[in-house]
Amino acid sequence: MVWSDRIAAGSAFLAAVIAGFVLPDWMISLATIAFANGLVVLGLIVMWRAGLVSFGQALYYCMGGYAVALIGRWGGVTDALLLVLLGGLSAAGVAFVVGFLLARYREIFFAMLSLALSMILYGLLVKTESLGSTDGLNVTAPTFLGYAPHQEELLVALYFLVLVVCATAALLISAYFRSLAGALAIPVRDNELRVEFMGMSVSRLIHTKLVISGLLAGTGGALVALAIGHVDPNMSYWTTSGEFVFITILAGAGSVGAAFIGSLAFESVRSFAFTMLPQLWQMLLGSVLLLTILFLPQGLGSLIQRLHWGRKAKAP
Amino acid sequence: MNSPILSVRNLGKRFGLLFAARDITVSIPVQQTVGVIGANGAGKTTFINMITGHLRPTNGTIHFEGRDITGLPCRQIKGMGISRSFQVAQIFPSLTVFENMCTAAAIGRAPHTFIGHVCTPLRSRESVVEAETLLELFQIAPYRDRLAATLPQGIRKLLDIGMALAGSPRLLLLDEPTSGISIEEKFSLMQVIMSALNSRKCTVLFVEHDMDIIEGFAERVLAFYDGTVIADGTPAATLADPRVQTLISGPKVRCAVGAAAHV
Amino acid sequence: MLSAFAVLIDGLVYAAYLFIVAIGLTLIFGVMKILNVAHGSFYTFGAYGAASAVGIYFNRGLPEAGGYLLMVLFAMGLGLVLGLILERGIMRWVYGRDEVVMVLVTYAAFLILEDVVILVWGPGSYAAYQPLLAAGNIEIGELVLSNYDLGLIAIATVLAAACYWGLKFTRYGRLLTAVIFDRETAAAFGINVKVVFAVTFAIGAMLGALGGAIMAPKIAVTLGIGVEVIVLAFAVVAIGGMGSIEGALAGALIVGICRAATVHLIPQVELFVIYAVMALVLTIRPYGLFVRAKPRKI
Repeated sequence: MVWSDRIAAGSAFLAAVIAGFVLPDWMISLATIAFANGLVVLGLIVMWRAGLVSFGQALYYCMGGYAVALIGRWGGVTDALLLVLLGGLSAAGVAFVVGFLLARYREIFFAMLSLALSMILYGLLVKTESLGSTDGLNVTAPTFLGYAPHQEELLVALYFLVLVVCATAALLISAYFRSLAGALAIPVRDNELRVEFMGMSVSRLIHTKLVISGLLAGTGGALVALAIGHVDPNMSYWTTSGEFVFITILAGAGSVGAAFIGSLAFESVRSFAFTMLPQLWQMLLGSVLLLTILFLPQGLGSLIQRLHWGRKAKAP
Repeated sequence: MNSPILSVRNLGKRFGLLFAARDITVSIPVQQTVGVIGANGAGKTTFINMITGHLRPTNGTIHFEGRDITGLPCRQIKGMGISRSFQVAQIFPSLTVFENMCTAAAIGRAPHTFIGHVCTPLRSRESVVEAETLLELFQIAPYRDRLAATLPQGIRKLLDIGMALAGSPRLLLLDEPTSGISIEEKFSLMQVIMSALNSRKCTVLFVEHDMDIIEGFAERVLAFYDGTVIADGTPAATLADPRVQTLISGPKVRCAVGAAAHV
Repeated sequence: MLSAFAVLIDGLVYAAYLFIVAIGLTLIFGVMKILNVAHGSFYTFGAYGAASAVGIYFNRGLPEAGGYLLMVLFAMGLGLVLGLILERGIMRWVYGRDEVVMVLVTYAAFLILEDVVILVWGPGSYAAYQPLLAAGNIEIGELVLSNYDLGLIAIATVLAAACYWGLKFTRYGRLLTAVIFDRETAAAFGINVKVVFAVTFAIGAMLGALGGAIMAPKIAVTLGIGVEVIVLAFAVVAIGGMGSIEGALAGALIVGICRAATVHLIPQVELFVIYAVMALVLTIRPYGLFVRAKPRKI
């Protein structure tokens, strides 16, 4: 990482921490959800760099959320960090298993197959009474290493938990991008044959990316479950995946930070649009997506990069 | 005489009713430079594809440095020390020339385990040095920061072969290194390639349509016809073989046109 | 015995519905290599259009046959207009981009059209059951079948035959086959690929709308019906092989029968049996029953 990037990342994190002390509750809860969703977007970026777009990220997202709800309910675990970890790992486990099927596919087949898999989970959840059916499940309030906050304190505590998890994920993922396995994403997208002839297994590389993105999406889902206090089958509905893809396209695959900034922007606009023009929310989404694809193929992140650092916006 | 680096016995490949290769038996000693000639469809690329593991032979065996590699997947064969370049250069168009080479160098150096790939950085000092050296060796250092998508044909070819040489393979198979290159440039391109490969003490097998290049660079020539080797010997002897003359090269006309035509 | 027959009939009815919905999707994919998410919008518009037509026509004492015709024609007209607007207005600007990008473009169009539906028809739901009632029932042994359902099977059969005949024996069909087989060569032979694309997209849109129209009397026409249809149609098409007409037929039959069987035997798993079948088929044949993966030449 270049020094300027490190400083930018560090000051962004610092600003987010300070924000936790000064901002009003509604903003904090919005940011909590937004950053947690940013993890899912980060997972999509991991795959997008290899040319893969998953329309089924909601599968892992929902898996993480339900894991938290069920482990809290049946296992009696209340520690937030442990719950989030377990949520993420169970989603990663699912990603590992379905990865054997998915890693064989590319492009739209990959996109639509992952969509279909998330719809399997949706169908299961809707039909299973013991998992709350369409009503979903409530999530019990978490504790933080024995500290059991309520109301506003819980809100702030969760916000800081999300910040810590996101910062860790951002650091690890940017290290992954610099590693051989991570950097091979672009070669895999460009020319799989050559990568195979260089002695690397493309399907294993992709499988790894699937597990990583599943882990991130599951962690995001787990955090959202704790923040909202409720999970329902809509978490795995394909429109949920669609929104994540939307944010990813908007943010671009250029950098790790873009995932969180894009997600924050999305949540803000959504909360605004829901109150101002609820009937036109989807139309707004669709138009922005269309305009982005037509005029900013590298995402909004590329625009900011071009404007501010005068750096050539390079293909991810 | 030392033991052969590559030894192929009764190798054959059948696609349905079509014999793309049959009964090929060849053994190549260490550090020999072998030219392969033959008309289109004679089985040259099939031969290379079988040795590098892209195709699984229908029958026969392939031994590399005494080990049986028949039917292994290409990435394992690459790990053992056989590398190849392609008739149409296979590079990563959205990376720069340096990034292309550095990727190849990093893979060549990384321990071949899963954890190894996650823990090895792409731009370790060693792989950067190796990449720079290879760029110099193939005389494409001036193009270092160009996107590979924008390269002229000859540079693409050199980059493709340079990437194949990263990770120090002991046997390198070049599938038509000069295809798509104008006749005037072919010879100098081949000179760059061969001096680079010789400095790395690599055994080379290259497919070529231009008989001048074969005579200029090969120590030994294999002539393919209808899926099998019909002549094998020094360039002079092979090219003088009457069967080769009637079936492949033609008695007088040097068939450089055929090579340029198919890109 | 009776239940086996019931499963068969139920399965065929459902397969007929799936086939009608899937055929437009597979046609557009086969010719244009676009996985058209907006197919769900065509379906939605078809259903709403049919519901409006039914609302206007029925209860006025006019002959029923005219109602069926009006319903279908109105819906397909809507599909045609919508398809042409989408193709000329949006799709043609992204031809040649990545397949995934085109999916996203159609997804964007789908999102926009979902809200257009609200603007035009409002957020409430419509009932258009009159055609279903007017068709009446038929009794075969102890089994009571709706004539409308049998009509559905007939329509799907006719459609399948028409597609087969159209592709094999008409000039336009042979042009399509050429474009499906190799777009660039077809263009080199002087086929106007632009026109073929526009016509194909319009036909696909009309078929999607037709699917919505004939289903309108059987369902509550409400927001979100298009969403499920896309996923369902994709599953069918993926099983058969994307872009293959025979594949869509086979996929629809497989999914239809499987679903009917589970509805009768283990109703709890009804919602995901379709996707389970799809996952199973794809593990054995990664590109569906009627499509083979092309090995890459080097």
